[in-house]
Amino acid sequence: MNALKYIVVGFVFGIVLTKSEAVSWYRIYEMFQFQSFHMYGIIMVAVVTGLIGIQIIKRINVKDIKGLPIEILDKEPGSARFWIGGICFGLGWALVGACPGPIFILLGAGFLPMLLVLIGALLGTFFYGLLRNKLPH
Amino acid sequence: MDIIFQTWPWYVSGFLIGMIMLCLIYFGKSFGMSTNLSTLCSMTGIGKKLSFFDVDWKTQRWNLLVVVGAILGGFVANHFLSDPSNVDINPKTITQLLQMGIDAPKGKLLPDALFGNVIFESPKMIFILILGGVLIGFGTRYASGCTSGHAISGLSNLQIKSLKAVVGFFIGGLIMTHFVLPLLF
Repeated sequence: MNALKYIVVGFVFGIVLTKSEAVSWYRIYEMFQFQSFHMYGIIMVAVVTGLIGIQIIKRINVKDIKGLPIEILDKEPGSARFWIGGICFGLGWALVGACPGPIFILLGAGFLPMLLVLIGALLGTFFYGLLRNKLPH
Repeated sequence: MDIIFQTWPWYVSGFLIGMIMLCLIYFGKSFGMSTNLSTLCSMTGIGKKLSFFDVDWKTQRWNLLVVVGAILGGFVANHFLSDPSNVDINPKTITQLLQMGIDAPKGKLLPDALFGNVIFESPKMIFILILGGVLIGFGTRYASGCTSGHAISGLSNLQIKSLKAVVGFFIGGLIMTHFVLPLLF
């Protein structure tokens, strides 16, 4: 049961992203050309849903599944890292039309060339680990 | 049943993605897919040489299970819940793509020009896909999050840092789409 609930959440995530076509290279291209509202609509509704949910959790002190208080951690400190890292990711996102979630979802959908993107993404993660102390954060 | 096979509208999908994030928060976890890339690196044992990867990857086992679910979800959605009429984008976008030699969607999720199996014969395309991956892996770890961690989780928790990252995603995406892609294709 413990493991199953995470698989179920991931399964729904894979289906929603495929059926909404958020995993589609075309949709990402169209978004960056400002030629469709679809992707903006998805992101906005997801954020508003999350925002309302988090406000409810914080105001009435909702406990998590184990009965522990829910703590939502702040992101790491820094500023340059968000700009430079964000721009790097954006370049990759628009080039291959996939962010990390969709890389896995599209592999499941049977697109073998995604394997190259995954290999690249693991290499990129490794490069960050290698260069971390030399980079501005 | 038609509703399932058609393209899901943005308000349904956006709501479900928000609920997925809240579900993980309720489980005492957080929504972040790029962390899995780091976990996969840690699993190779590279942490002995690079302290950044010297973490107990078993604490992220739950997130890898989310990935397993996502892979299964992608398989089921693409093979059993899809319809050949699905991906249909702005005709203006299609004309632009054709000018670059990229095939129109005609229901497909991904263009053959980038993700058809023929690309394995093209060193240029292999390089482009690996390069895209490197930018994604490097960028998400540097910015400590991707679309799920920053755009969805961070923005809904009103994090200014996430807003910076998301603006960065868009600057990068706009540069790629408007200036770099036309040079590559």
